[in-house]
Amino acid sequence: MAKRLQARRLDGIDHNPWVEFGKMASEYDVVNLGQGFPDFPPPDFAIQAFQLALNSDFMLNQYTKAFGYPPLTKILASFFGKLLGQEIDPLKNVLVTVGAYGALFTAFQALVDEGDEVIIVEPFFDCYEPMTLMAGGCPVFVTLKPSPTQDGKLDSASNWQLDPTELASKFTSRTKALILNTPNNPVGKVFSKAELELVASLCQQHDVICISDEVYQWLVYDGHQHISIASLPGMWERTLTIGSAGKSFSATGWKVGWALGPDSLMKHLRTVHQNTIYHCPTQGQAAVAQSFQHEQLHFGQPSSYFVQLPQAVQRYRDHMIRSLQSVGLRPVVPQGSYFLIADISDFKTQMPDLPGDADEPYDRRFVKWMIRNKGLAAIPVSVFYSTPHRKQFDHYVRFCFVKDESTLQAMDEKLQKWKDELRP
Amino acid sequence: MFSAQWRLCSLNSTAKFLTINSSKILGLPTSAKMSLKITNAKRIEGLDSNVWIEFTKLAADPSVVNLGQGLPDISPPIYVKEKLSKIAAIDSLNQYTRGFGHPSLVKALACLYEKFYQNQINPNKEILVTVGAYGSLFNAIQGLIDEGDEVIIIMPFYDCYEPMVRMAGATPVFIPLRSKPVSGKKWSSSDWTLDPQELASKFNSKTKAIILNTPHNPIGKVYTKEELQVIADLCIKYDTLCISDEVYEWLVYTGNKHLKIATFPGMWERTITIGSAGKTFSVTGWKLGWSVGPHHLIKHLQTVQQNTIYTCATPLQEALAQALWIDIKRMDDPECYFNSLPKELEVKRDRMIHLLENLGLKPIVPDGGYFIIADVSLLDADLSGMKDSNEPYDYKFVKWMTKNKKLSAIPVSAFCNTETKLQFEKFVRFCFIKKDSTLDAAEEIIKAWTGQKS
Repeated sequence: MAKRLQARRLDGIDHNPWVEFGKMASEYDVVNLGQGFPDFPPPDFAIQAFQLALNSDFMLNQYTKAFGYPPLTKILASFFGKLLGQEIDPLKNVLVTVGAYGALFTAFQALVDEGDEVIIVEPFFDCYEPMTLMAGGCPVFVTLKPSPTQDGKLDSASNWQLDPTELASKFTSRTKALILNTPNNPVGKVFSKAELELVASLCQQHDVICISDEVYQWLVYDGHQHISIASLPGMWERTLTIGSAGKSFSATGWKVGWALGPDSLMKHLRTVHQNTIYHCPTQGQAAVAQSFQHEQLHFGQPSSYFVQLPQAVQRYRDHMIRSLQSVGLRPVVPQGSYFLIADISDFKTQMPDLPGDADEPYDRRFVKWMIRNKGLAAIPVSVFYSTPHRKQFDHYVRFCFVKDESTLQAMDEKLQKWKDELRP
Repeated sequence: MFSAQWRLCSLNSTAKFLTINSSKILGLPTSAKMSLKITNAKRIEGLDSNVWIEFTKLAADPSVVNLGQGLPDISPPIYVKEKLSKIAAIDSLNQYTRGFGHPSLVKALACLYEKFYQNQINPNKEILVTVGAYGSLFNAIQGLIDEGDEVIIIMPFYDCYEPMVRMAGATPVFIPLRSKPVSGKKWSSSDWTLDPQELASKFNSKTKAIILNTPHNPIGKVYTKEELQVIADLCIKYDTLCISDEVYEWLVYTGNKHLKIATFPGMWERTITIGSAGKTFSVTGWKLGWSVGPHHLIKHLQTVQQNTIYTCATPLQEALAQALWIDIKRMDDPECYFNSLPKELEVKRDRMIHLLENLGLKPIVPDGGYFIIADVSLLDADLSGMKDSNEPYDYKFVKWMTKNKKLSAIPVSAFCNTETKLQFEKFVRFCFIKKDSTLDAAEEIIKAWTGQKS
């Protein structure tokens, strides 16, 4: 065909780092600590819930309600209504989507117009920028900056902060939305109440919508508390709260997510939904509804998965933090999420010339080298930064620690070998 | 490419001087200002209403016999259910799979469709698995249709084509299927055709694509070789893409054959062919579909995928792959679901035709698909009690029939654009992929109705 084929909305968004690094990780004998998915199974009650969905009413093989399987929207409304301190209507305030990814896309398409500005906090889950661009929006970046740490002490994600003046300066009359991610991927920061209040006050002042990606809401450690910005005064009416069954129940392959918010916003997401995929698969939704029933029964108790999971994962986190240090990687202790980032500045100083393209950021070259030579796969953190900032933030690598003990042991073996190969 | 967008962005960033307290300066209360900005993006303007939302609500009353939405109430084949039930126990299937399609599924699809195409199909580059065929339509339109493009849509059309085209900022150009007068013979879907000259007049240099649906929803038309050739010739002449919605590809009845326009000379390189697990295996709730085409087109659908949902659910894809392998191995066997389902449905089709004829209607016998449309104005129903006289006749009729006869269907003008709703407003669509007890209940209603008439 002689005509230009692709639509202009695809300009600049066709590249995908996951494809590249995922491919490399599968080609070499590696311990894969890159992509964020658990390598242990979902909890028994969730598996049973799925099996029940597959074996009970055969009509679950057919379409359900477009905006969400009724038992699921009902339990999401009651479960999150309590958490957000809000009366949530299953029909007006809940939309079930294909993963949180689908909820994000639906929100951007519904609310971001050509020329609208969207404030994105860097480093960011990589889809926020292309989704903004695909909607014709302008991403405006504001960076989480770490303050210097004392010598010998590990950096902490809570040390990475937004400068209030800088943040305020990013708001203009064209700002349509701000996308917040807490707990944050990749740094693992859990935004404090004060930080959320700052964001909230600016959103209200400038009449901006807040899209709050809270997929890791249960994955918080060291007694930290996840706070939903929608629960702050004046925020419910301008916030979309996005969640994920995949991250909540360690079942990323189910691809069930949701958006919660006021009808004035949700009705637009529904319009997008009915003109994009229309329905989500039924059985996965039934399994998630059943799983939430379980959690509602056990909420806050030691038997709750939302209590047990972060307890177990915290131990994996601590194991990884100890192990990574043995080879000179300097992990930043996360308060939440599936991930930690590790500072590779020392490696940058000692081996600055790793193979790679002319202007390829150091962390990408480091990860490729690590995959090829050290049998460990991770993700370079510069993929989570806007293009102009990649060279600046090219000295961190992201590791996923939501992995089985056996995987962490395998990681230890690779690290031991690495340590042995280091010059004394 | 980039320049227009970036230019707009940089203009905005220089204009960021002082807006922080503008609401205070203007003396506007913040709540008033809120309603100014929390507005929807322009792309969804006018796309909020949806026929299904309205009519499925109406039919949700359990005492209503629902022949409306295309939702099978028959059981999927046993081996399909069995495959799925075993899957939940397999650990790795609970985590993310490959974004563009689970490996075993794309392999199975490539293997299946290679039987129909002259070329081999690359499972990774020439297939994309999507959230239902609906998702494939969306990916194709978002990936390949731009603002200002024209897209030809054949009327009546599956209702999402128009809003999806509009959401992409493109202009739909409509052409109706027209029926030749019929005498002494049952009215058939094959009597509905496109006028070749009229079709040619719809093509111009701005035409980016034509959306083809065969077998056709709602009429049930199965396009013939000659009809497809006319479309193919125009696509080649005007360098136009073809988005071919073939979800009902296995549902063709005696005397008819489903043909893939992508197999016509010069068409593979410009066609996206869409299929559906839901329609293939009577599992609409699995919401798995696929696009097949040349890599230079599929790659753009893949770009949309990685920026919208990223990946589809894993367990269902694996179950689908396994179910496909069972039937791929026995394509000539009458037991193969691709053969047994149309046989089963042909009986139901004929039964439904008979019932509608008894009622005094002239149903159009479909050559494929699982819907029948019929002109209901012959019933001369008293719709005076129905509110909202602005609605087309068939909308009022369906509401009246649902309320008074406890039988639901879908108005065919829902499959027309605003300007031409009147052309099809006497027609109502009935779905016959229903179990015998549902058809028995429909029969009871129709008998009583006929009795009341005489």
